Amino acid sequence: MKLAVCIYEGPYNHEASDTAYHFIQAAIQKGHEIKGIFFYHDGVYNVTRLMEPPQDDRHISNRWSALGASGIDIVVCIAAAKRRGIVDDVLVPNVRISGLGQLTMMAIEADRLVVFGD
Amino acid sequence: MAEDIKKIMFTVRKPPHGTIYVYEGLEVKLIMAAYDADISVVFMDDGVFAVKKGQDTKDLGIKGFAATYGALVDYEITQVYVDRQSMEDRGMTEDDLLVIGEDEDTEEPIKPQVLESAEIAAMMAEQHNILAF
Repeated sequence: MKLAVCIYEGPYNHEASDTAYHFIQAAIQKGHEIKGIFFYHDGVYNVTRLMEPPQDDRHISNRWSALGASGIDIVVCIAAAKRRGIVDDVLVPNVRISGLGQLTMMAIEADRLVVFGD
Repeated sequence: MAEDIKKIMFTVRKPPHGTIYVYEGLEVKLIMAAYDADISVVFMDDGVFAVKKGQDTKDLGIKGFAATYGALVDYEITQVYVDRQSMEDRGMTEDDLLVIGEDEDTEEPIKPQVLESAEIAAMMAEQHNILAF
């Protein structure tokens, strides 16, 4: 199945980011295709390279970046990002800023758009 | 070609103020309406407050967006529905709903259409994807 994932919540503050990550890992293992990952609302904070969590904790933005390096398209909403001070300069590698049109294409092209957040 | 157009539904279940979900969710609707997709919007649970007329955010010190709902029809978003039970549970009637545009020919105001939960459930079952805000 072709899946797309949209994440609404910021990292650490909310489980949505972790749940989405684990969901994606499990889906890939089951042989599903991830059409894309879209960060919206406070979700845009998930991919800033400025985060520096304690060493014994998971590093959420590096984790997303690694997923992007594997070839999955990871998109940060430009409108939501600008509002929150997230710009290209602070992004981890393998992630791009683009518009809501990308979310639209994911919603149209994926068999299921799975949303994580409140 | 018509069969290829995907049905995408937006549900609005949160109150319009207090968090940004509904406001940013509105931005998604306006963008998506420009694409080849069959868009519908359903207001339910506390989301019905988003289409209550007479909202005033001045004292909150934030930009209101109810006026944009008043232009949904201009954005060619015409399938706009409200869950009757959610509305009635919150003491609202159809008279409390804001106008989302006007009929091109008659200039009659258009309001969201009030539906029963079962009708909304049937519509949900037909969707390609659903986005909740």
